[in-house]
Amino acid sequence: MGNLEVNDIHTSYDLSQVLFGVSFTVHQGKCVSLIGRNGVGKTTTMRSILNLTPPSQGSIVFDQTDITGIATHKIAKLGIAFVPEERQIFPELSVWENLDIARKFPLVGSATWNEDRVYELFPDLKDIRNRPGGVLSGGQQQMLTIARGLMGNPKLLILDEPSEGLAPKVVENLREQIRELKKSGMSILLAEQNLSFVLALSDECHIMEKGQIKYSGTPTALRENKKIQEEYLTV
Amino acid sequence: MEPFLEFIRENLGSPGLAILISNPQFAFIQLLNSISMGMNYFIIAAGLSLIFGVLKVINFAHGAFYMFGAYITYSVTELMGLSFFWAVLAAAIGLMLMALIIERCLFQFIYDKEHLMQLLLTFALVLILGDLAKIIWGTDQYSVAYPAGLAGATNLGITFYPSYRLMLCVLGPAIFIALWLFIERTRWGRITKAATQDRDMLSALGINVPVIYTIVFLIGSALAGMGGALASPFNSPAPGMDANIIVECFVIVIIGGLGSLWGTFVGALIFGLVFNFGSVIVPNAQDVFAFLLLLIVLLIRPWGLYGRAESEGQ
Repeated sequence: MGNLEVNDIHTSYDLSQVLFGVSFTVHQGKCVSLIGRNGVGKTTTMRSILNLTPPSQGSIVFDQTDITGIATHKIAKLGIAFVPEERQIFPELSVWENLDIARKFPLVGSATWNEDRVYELFPDLKDIRNRPGGVLSGGQQQMLTIARGLMGNPKLLILDEPSEGLAPKVVENLREQIRELKKSGMSILLAEQNLSFVLALSDECHIMEKGQIKYSGTPTALRENKKIQEEYLTV
Repeated sequence: MEPFLEFIRENLGSPGLAILISNPQFAFIQLLNSISMGMNYFIIAAGLSLIFGVLKVINFAHGAFYMFGAYITYSVTELMGLSFFWAVLAAAIGLMLMALIIERCLFQFIYDKEHLMQLLLTFALVLILGDLAKIIWGTDQYSVAYPAGLAGATNLGITFYPSYRLMLCVLGPAIFIALWLFIERTRWGRITKAATQDRDMLSALGINVPVIYTIVFLIGSALAGMGGALASPFNSPAPGMDANIIVECFVIVIIGGLGSLWGTFVGALIFGLVFNFGSVIVPNAQDVFAFLLLLIVLLIRPWGLYGRAESEGQ
């Protein structure tokens, strides 16, 4: 449960092609990362998986179901949660209302997420549960976005640049919480620019450039490979 | 007092204003006229505003939906002989069915298109539905009788007032409260609100957004049909009634703020007040007052009293 296969996807925005044959796999309970500079296609890969930006070629399979081109809400219902980079909190809804509309029937066993459980994971959210989403700080919004994703009891959590714009202390806290989620058996697909964050969480890393995966390896191998780091990751 | 009233009559040339000031009973009746008229308009304009708020489509055919509501009421009461209550229900349900066909066959394809395309489509619908009404009901002007229990007047202590209009004064706020409770106090309402803010994110949370759109369009159209049914006893179903109402609804929702329920409610009340008191003070110039108010709102606060400036909302 929570196995994702992305096979040779090509995706374009109108006339400009962004992805040129991206393939990778996320196995249950593993954290797989897409790394790379801005504009290499990490977000587009994630949007393609959710069919928010439909791929023109290739296929995406989730738990033996071909989800290529099916409606986004159906993909979400199969157990994929998306935590977008822009957070996309509903500004006029309060914290608890943002969580409430993301509530779905549990999809896997006993591990059911609800409002109380996400407050255990992010205690700060409980104190501001009545505050409108539009007035939250960056860190609070990030926590809410992840919490909102968890409310759907996903088997796969897709996180787009979760550490972006957050204070180092908050990032550290976030890393621990993501580690906890992974331990619970949730699969995680992570896009990040923060290398130490990626290396601490991932089981497998894919480096992207110009819409393709240029390097794949374990965090240990990547940590030691200064040449690859220099070529694709330093600005 | 009398010299003052004399001054108004002689120098301002408005005997109506003098009567308003000297006769509280008359002023009270004008107030009730304003509210009952405003509430009838609120029911119709709320549908227009709701549809815009969620679907972001300005439905010019909303007036035609209202006209169909009025015609259906005529057919059900006068031709089929059923009671007015059933006619209102039939108008609401009939318009929901019509809206379902229109949304599924046409509207769903234009949500992502530019405003001009949407405008052309809804305007085409105005023409098509106008002719369709003529094919079905002809070009006669029909009269619809007041419902049995509400045909008379009610004694309010200081004055008698038509029971039917009094019913509108109660029904309007009741519908307002029902809509407000739905949007603010139910999960479906919150999902509807979220749909006005971020469609992509909502679908990524597993919510079937096109279904929300269809339901909102159905509810908004049912309100137009119901508004037409309720107006039919004093506004005889006839060709052209759609054109008048859509202009008045636009005045209301622009004053109140397009997409805002509170704004539509307050805008409808203001419209009723300006129209009725305006026509007493300067007879035959009631429309001037409403449009003057519209102009002032557009100049000072173009997003309306309760609306939101676009830069903030986007």
